[in-house]
Amino acid sequence: MENTTIDPTQIKGWGIDADPKNDPTYPMRDRMNVGEDPDNKHRPDSLQPVDTEVLRSIERPNVSAVFGTPAPPRGVSGLIRRAAFKYSENRYRHWLPLVLADRVSVVEGIVDDLAHGKVPNIWAEKGYDVEWKYNRTAFITKMAVIGLATAGVVALLSSGGKKKKKHVKKDYLSRF
Amino acid sequence: MLAMDYRGPKRVRAVQKPMPEIKHPQDAIVRVLRTCICGSDLHLYNGNVPDTRVGSTFGHEFVGEVVEVGSEVTKVKTGDRVLVPFNIACGECHFCRQGMFGNCHESNTEATAVGAIFGYSHTAGGFDGGQAEYARVPYANVGPTIIPADMDLDDAVLLTDVVPTGYQAAEMAGIQKGDTVVVFGAGPIGIMAARCAWLFGAGRVIIIDQEDYRLEFARNYSYCEAYNFKEMNDPVVFIKKITDWIGADCVIDAVGAEAAGNTMQTITGRKLLLQAGSATALHWAINSVKKGGVVSIVGVYGPTDNLVPIGNVLNKGLTIRANQSSVKRLLPRLIDHVQNGVLNPKGLITHRLPLEEVADGYRMFSAKLDNCIKTVLLPPTANQ
Repeated sequence: MENTTIDPTQIKGWGIDADPKNDPTYPMRDRMNVGEDPDNKHRPDSLQPVDTEVLRSIERPNVSAVFGTPAPPRGVSGLIRRAAFKYSENRYRHWLPLVLADRVSVVEGIVDDLAHGKVPNIWAEKGYDVEWKYNRTAFITKMAVIGLATAGVVALLSSGGKKKKKHVKKDYLSRF
Repeated sequence: MLAMDYRGPKRVRAVQKPMPEIKHPQDAIVRVLRTCICGSDLHLYNGNVPDTRVGSTFGHEFVGEVVEVGSEVTKVKTGDRVLVPFNIACGECHFCRQGMFGNCHESNTEATAVGAIFGYSHTAGGFDGGQAEYARVPYANVGPTIIPADMDLDDAVLLTDVVPTGYQAAEMAGIQKGDTVVVFGAGPIGIMAARCAWLFGAGRVIIIDQEDYRLEFARNYSYCEAYNFKEMNDPVVFIKKITDWIGADCVIDAVGAEAAGNTMQTITGRKLLLQAGSATALHWAINSVKKGGVVSIVGVYGPTDNLVPIGNVLNKGLTIRANQSSVKRLLPRLIDHVQNGVLNPKGLITHRLPLEEVADGYRMFSAKLDNCIKTVLLPPTANQ
């Protein structure tokens, strides 16, 4: 399909929100400096009771008036998350451990599933049905490449291990 | 209740979870009638947002019916049908009182750099999202907005994020009449940003993506020029060339962390996570806007660092504006636009799936299968 030149004024709604004064625009337009706001520390009257573990950014002095509660830190990933929150959002020591904790919690999730007698249906969880339906050739190719790469890595690691073993044996013999 | 359940990168499922409860006097519980998968959900889905915990429920675009309210809720009541802005805002803090409802200071304990967002990791407050039969909605006196009786639920659900984010992208670009606007990304947000650019009086709107089906959709929906960057040697040179070698007046990054188009950015940003996502679109935006121009960012990036040509921002005298959309601030105007037929949000919807098939929905959207633009999920309770 080719691009065609159009007369913008024919487009429904053209220019109805045009505003020569839209500069500076949002989010600066209605700015209010902290010094101009005597109520800058205002908080909602009611605070959500803290009845679960909430990790708090050290860049704020308190728990916010509301917070989410669905997945409190637990297990090894929880230990990592607690350690991460000792550092500010300004530090890699905060964010990188959180990424690590996310990966650890994936393993914990699988263990948790198995402990509850549930074998995760990875095929379904990854939505491979629709890949099979709409993208079959590319999907098969991708899986074949992953399979070959995995087999290659396994083979490489296996042969490397044998060589190492042989080498150690030779050294051992040469010493005596 | 049935709810989406995150199990790890690219692994989600629908499972039974406990019903949400009132935790704060301003909470409401909403029975979800429509919920969408958003492009920014893909950052979570791909495991790129730190502190995305296994067991979380995603979903920040949803509408529903109020089924329970806390003791301090006065603005909505049981039985009301509401659209729920994706950001959770108290309406009282220093930032909310400036209209920065996407930057509320009283809804996210875990990070100060982002306000709370439904179903968007613990970095964004740790709230469960709306890809479920029921959802807890904090600050029900502030966020939830009653859906006008004559408004289609499909239009309403897109007013929770897609329309306001696209509109704000154009607003932040400071478009003046006759301006040339370039939008990187022909996903739902980019398509809406291109459509909204005309409302601010743009003289020319150009959208850039790598998916032909999306570009064709954008041409028809947003009345804009559309070009595939895979057919160009260099998108920046292309834009310079078609703007008389000056550059665009305003450029909008509607892609964010999942950008394709630059191998180094893709490997370091998306594969190795050495950056907070691939900043290809932002890189192109900075380099293709004219000197003194404006770059507006609504594409989502992570909380750490990105490789962008910041020296060019200085040397070209650019203005960069960026924010999560302030949905509540924009809703009155945008509801008018939908009711007056100026905007047609539901025209973006290409797929409808039952919530039970959430894994297929994510895969389809993520892999851009079956010409997918926008997917709506329907919980089993939606038809009760």
